[in-house]
Amino acid sequence: MNFHGVWAIYRFEMARWARTLFQSLVSPVISTTLYFVVFGSAIGSRISSVEGVSYGAFLVPGLLMLSLLTQSVSNAAFGIYFPKFVGTIYEILSAPISFIEVVMAYVGAAASKSIVLGLIILATASLFVPLRIAHPFAMILFLVLTAVSFSLLGFIIGIWADNFEKLQIVPLLVITPLVFLGGSFYSVSMLPAFWQKVTLLNPVLYLISGFRWSFYEISDVPIGVSIAMISLFLAACLAIVWWIFKTGYRLKS
Amino acid sequence: MAALIEIDNLTKIYDNGFTALKGVSLSIDKGEIIALLGPNGAGKTTMISIVCGIVNPTSGSVKIAGNDIIRDYRKTRAMIGLVPQELTTDAFESVWGTVSFSRGLFGLPPKPAHLEKVLKALSLWDKKDSKIMTLSGGMKRRVLIAKALAHEPDILFLDEPTAGVDVSLRKDMWATVRDLRESGVTIILTTHYIEEAEEMADRVGVINNGEIIVVEEKAELMRKLGKKEVVLTLNEPLSALPDALSGFDLTLSEDGQQISYAYVTTAKRTGITKLLSALAEEDITFSDLDTKQSSLEDIFVSLVEDAA
Repeated sequence: MNFHGVWAIYRFEMARWARTLFQSLVSPVISTTLYFVVFGSAIGSRISSVEGVSYGAFLVPGLLMLSLLTQSVSNAAFGIYFPKFVGTIYEILSAPISFIEVVMAYVGAAASKSIVLGLIILATASLFVPLRIAHPFAMILFLVLTAVSFSLLGFIIGIWADNFEKLQIVPLLVITPLVFLGGSFYSVSMLPAFWQKVTLLNPVLYLISGFRWSFYEISDVPIGVSIAMISLFLAACLAIVWWIFKTGYRLKS
Repeated sequence: MAALIEIDNLTKIYDNGFTALKGVSLSIDKGEIIALLGPNGAGKTTMISIVCGIVNPTSGSVKIAGNDIIRDYRKTRAMIGLVPQELTTDAFESVWGTVSFSRGLFGLPPKPAHLEKVLKALSLWDKKDSKIMTLSGGMKRRVLIAKALAHEPDILFLDEPTAGVDVSLRKDMWATVRDLRESGVTIILTTHYIEEAEEMADRVGVINNGEIIVVEEKAELMRKLGKKEVVLTLNEPLSALPDALSGFDLTLSEDGQQISYAYVTTAKRTGITKLLSALAEEDITFSDLDTKQSSLEDIFVSLVEDAA
């Protein structure tokens, strides 16, 4: 095990984050605040409570997931794409470090950033709405599992992408719609029966539902199903990463 | 003693069907400087990339100090430092930051004294806190060398280390490479500059179209393939070569002052004695006699042309 190597990459990634702290931290906080102002206060004041929770508070887990997912994916994707793009990847490929260790370092760094970001958003939210976290451990578990799984997905995208457009396309065209349509801003029970069934095909629904349950004990799907879904997603990402490692896809061909 | 690097029948066919290496075998001994010469696209960089773990080989094997580069990659890669051809650096990092990163990446605990020594040897010490993007091209090249040396490698690959580097810096770099060799580092360099190989290498390998055409001691290569030329400066200019000399492959200079005669040093009969007696019979006297050895460059060009 090359601990120094993993640590070197992890630290490098965190330093890159620190250099662009404003972009990486302040801008998601600002956009989340805007969501609260617009949806929580302006529009939310006209919406009665959802399943016994005020609409502003109901929004928090969904908004948190929105940031967590998009930031995990784009952070991890950019982290591995950039060295490929400028060519500094040569050093990582020629180092006595295993592919799994490289993944640990990049995904670990991206997930750490997302988790910090999530906690900051949570703190920001608590300024606007009364927060209640019924199951703090489950909340942290969901936070970490989601950050790790979507950072893995981002890593895969970063390996796959061979231009900047591809790097942007998945977060923009896949992740964001899935999060918006996965019940970030509404409860699935508000939808007509047909769309309720369609929404069940959206994997992000299970994440948001489980996460919201850890706050308010209300959920669209049973909590066990949520945990199973995220585990499945994590396993799928790990399988793809393993395949990339085996074939040297886009890295060593 | 077994060779330090043993490349055996290495083949690389890229996904697009391009065959970059066609069964290359080469062994490199500890402590030597070997130069790999070849035109663009000959397969030099592919070969280095496979040895360093950047590209997967299609077939064949590479062993370093007896360890297979794929099975025992941790052992082999820890021994190797690579200076890539392109100036690929993390623009926003400081010099010190990037060499520290390299050392850590190769699995070693920090050792500021070593990094200081490396940076001083490469005249980068006063730039240690500068961001890489503020450095000149020559300095960036040296940063890449410093990164490759950060983990105290036994083997150093220099992929066209002096491409685009000015003459004085090139001389400095050669001196650095010699110092490294003195300290026991085995050096493999690729280059376009024949001058560089001639100046530095113990052995020279010529690669063309994915094949090693020849690997020889530099002196041996030049002796074997070297052509020499005798140039005679005449006392009286000739308007044309006399018929008696037509049996020799001679060239007369335009002003008629010089006759030159090319011969192969390794040939049984060089024909020099005959030529000189023939000249004496014709009463052609000369004031000066000069011989010229062909350079590695001439040898290289003739090798690549023969292979084509």
